[in-house]
Amino acid sequence: MGTGFFTSVDDVSAKLAGAGYLASTAVATTVFLADRLGKPLLVEGPAGVGKTELAKAVAQVSGSRLVRLQCYEGIDEARALYEWNHAKQLLRITAGRDETWEQARTDIFGEEFLLRRPLLTAISSDEPTVLLIDETDKADMEVEGLLLEVLGDFQVTVPELGTITATRAPFAVLTSNATRELSEALRRRCLFLHIDFPDEDLEREIVRLKVPGIDAALADSVVRVIAALRAMDLRKLPSVAETIDWARTLLALGAATLDERVVRESLGVVLKHQDDIAKAGAGLQLEQVLDAS
Amino acid sequence: MTGGVPERLAAFVKALRAQGIPAGPAETVDAAAALEVLGLDDRALVREGLAAALVRRGGQRAVFDAAFDLYFPAGIGAPERAREDQPMTLEELREELAAALADGDRQALSQLAGLAVDMLGQYGSASGPGGGFSAHQTLERLQPQTLIARVLAAVRGGGARGEFTDRLDRDEIRRRVEGFRGQVRTEARRRAAEVRGRERVAKHAIAPAADRVDFLIASRNQLAELRRTIQPLSRKLATRLAARRRRRTRGQVDLRRTLRRSLSTGGVPLRPAYRHRRPGRPEIVLLCDLSGSVAGFANFTMLLVQALRDQFSKIRVFAFVDSADEVTHLVTTGAADPEHLGARMLSEAALVRWDGHSDYGGSLRQFTENWLDAVGPRTSVLILGDARTNGGDPNLDAVRAIKARARHVYWLNPERRSLWSTGDSAALEYADVVEMHECRTVHQLGTLVTRLLPV
Repeated sequence: MGTGFFTSVDDVSAKLAGAGYLASTAVATTVFLADRLGKPLLVEGPAGVGKTELAKAVAQVSGSRLVRLQCYEGIDEARALYEWNHAKQLLRITAGRDETWEQARTDIFGEEFLLRRPLLTAISSDEPTVLLIDETDKADMEVEGLLLEVLGDFQVTVPELGTITATRAPFAVLTSNATRELSEALRRRCLFLHIDFPDEDLEREIVRLKVPGIDAALADSVVRVIAALRAMDLRKLPSVAETIDWARTLLALGAATLDERVVRESLGVVLKHQDDIAKAGAGLQLEQVLDAS
Repeated sequence: MTGGVPERLAAFVKALRAQGIPAGPAETVDAAAALEVLGLDDRALVREGLAAALVRRGGQRAVFDAAFDLYFPAGIGAPERAREDQPMTLEELREELAAALADGDRQALSQLAGLAVDMLGQYGSASGPGGGFSAHQTLERLQPQTLIARVLAAVRGGGARGEFTDRLDRDEIRRRVEGFRGQVRTEARRRAAEVRGRERVAKHAIAPAADRVDFLIASRNQLAELRRTIQPLSRKLATRLAARRRRRTRGQVDLRRTLRRSLSTGGVPLRPAYRHRRPGRPEIVLLCDLSGSVAGFANFTMLLVQALRDQFSKIRVFAFVDSADEVTHLVTTGAADPEHLGARMLSEAALVRWDGHSDYGGSLRQFTENWLDAVGPRTSVLILGDARTNGGDPNLDAVRAIKARARHVYWLNPERRSLWSTGDSAALEYADVVEMHECRTVHQLGTLVTRLLPV
C-alpha cells in the first residue's frame, strides 16, 4: 500500500527540485521507496540539513495536506492523538437533564466530542496527507509506543469508538536529531535516511537556488570555505542553513569576493560558539590581517 | 558467483549482522521489496535502497558501504583499462592520478584506484592460495601523498591567484588524496574477496563502527574519530539521565494542586498534578590511570564526563601514573584541546616521578592522603584503569577508605574480562572491594554511564 505520489526516482528528484528542494540520490531514492512501499520515513541528521524541509517539499509537490506533530518533552496522547472535549461533554450533559443515563452515555462519546490531534487527523483524512512528526527524539518513550500502532498499521484505537483505520495511508516522515536513541521497535517500522551535509557540487547548487543573484564565483568560494570549516574539529559544524545564511549576508554586505576582513566580520553567521570562531580563525589564517591592522 | 539475488542478499545481511548491524528478517524482506521497486539497473540506487531498509542509525553507514562494495561489486576481475594491451608505467599512472586529483574527478579517481591495485597491489600468485591484493602495498608503491605539491601547482596554474580561497587548496587536495586512499582500500578488498572468498574478507577487512572499536587497540585516527562523537554522545546521555531523573519522581500526586486545578473542570479532578522533587545534583570524582595505552580510554572518558558537566554539581578529575595529581583545570572545556590533552596533562601535572610505569598502590595512597576530602557522601567515584600494578602493592585499604566515604565507587576496566588478574593485573582483587565493569568500547561506556551514574 503506497501513496503513489511519484513514478520513479528521477521523477522524485525533478519534482522536488521544482519545489526548491535539491535532493541527493540517497534522499530521492529513499523518498521514492517510502512512497512505493508505504512505509514511514525516519530522517536523521545534523540540525539544518533540511529534514523538515523535505517533508514540506513532498507535501507541496504531491499537493497533499501537511499535518505536523511537533514533539517536545512531555507530549502525551491527548496532544498527539485525540482528546475528549470535556467541557463540551459537560455542557451536553447539563443541557439534556431529562435523558436516561444510557442515552447520555452513548451520545457524549460520539465523533462530535472528539478533538482530533495531528495523528488522528492524518489517519482519518480522505485527501492525500503528509504526516510530519518533527523531532521525535524529544518525545518520551511512551509516545513511541503510541506511534507504533499508528505507523505500523496506520490505525488508531479509541476505546469508546473502536479502531479507526486509514482509508488513505499518509506519507509519514519522522525527523530526529538523535539526542535520544529511538527504540528498535520504532526504527524497524521505518525506512531509515541519514541526511548528511551535501557534497560540494550539490551545496553549490543549493546556494545558487536559495540565494538568487549571488555571483557564481562567490558561491563557489563560500561552499569551499564551509567545506574547510567542516573538516575542522569544531563544536558545532556549519550546516546548509548556515551556508545559505552566510551567502545571504555576504550578498547584503555587497561583497563581490571573499577576503580576510569580510570573512572575519561575518564568521559569526556561520559559527555559533566563541571557541569555534577562534579555532576557525586560526585554521583559515585570519589572524594575519589582525596583525597588519 | 553462485546463487541469485535472494541468496546474495541473505549473505549480505548475514555479513552485516556479523559487523554489528542488527538487521532481522523483516529488514531483509524490506530490502528485497526495495530491490523489486528499484530494479537492479543502477548500482547507486540499489545501494541507497538497501541502506534505507537495512541501516538503522547514522554511524552504521560506513560499515554498510564497505560490505556493500564486497557483496555488490562494481565489476569482476581486473578493471577494464588494465585489460588493454599496452601496460602503463608507474610514472604514467602517477601522472594521470595527479591530473585526476587536480580536477577532483571522482569517476577517474575510482578507475585509477582499480588500475593501481591491479598493477601494484598484487602479491603471491594471483589465483594461488597464498596470493591476494594489498591496499597497503599499493599505496606504499604509489605514494599518492607525494603528489600534493604537483597537484597544487596544476590547480593554481602557475602563480597563486591572490584569492582568499587559495589557502584552502592544500587541504582540499589532501582530502581528495584521502578519498583516493579509501577507494584503493575498497578496490583491494574487492579483489581480495575474489581470491579468498567474500565471507573471510568481510569478517576481517571491514573496519568496525566507531562505537565498537576497542579502546586499547584503537589507532590514532580512530581515537580522533571517537572524540568527534563526544558531543552527540554526551547530549544523548544527558537526555537519558534526565529521563531517569524524571521517572523517579513520577506518580506522587500533589493533592493541593490537584484540587486547585480541578476547579476549572467543575470540581472533578480530571488532570491530577504531580509532586516535583527538586533534584540534588550528584558530584563526580574521576580517578584515571594515564599510563601508556590506557590513556586513550581515560582521556576519552574524562572529556565525556566533562561534556556532561551540567548534569552534575561538581566534577573533579585526578590523574596518576606513578604519582597522583589533580587535573580538573586542564579538562575544563574551551581551554581543552582534546588532541593534546594527554600530553598536556603529563607535562603540566605531577604524574610521573620515576619511570612512567603505573603505580596503583602509591598513587591511591597519595590520593587518600591529599584529596580524600574531595570524596563525600554525595560523591560518585569512577576509577578508570586496567589495574596493572606492575607487581606493586595494590593498596586495597586505600580503595576501601575511598569506598567508605563515597556514595558509590565504580571501577571501569578497559580490558576484556577474561584478562583480568592475568599477569600483573590486580583486577579481581580490586573487584572484590569495589564494583568493576568491563568497558572496552564507546558503546559499553555509554551504557555504563547511563546505568551507573546517580541521578
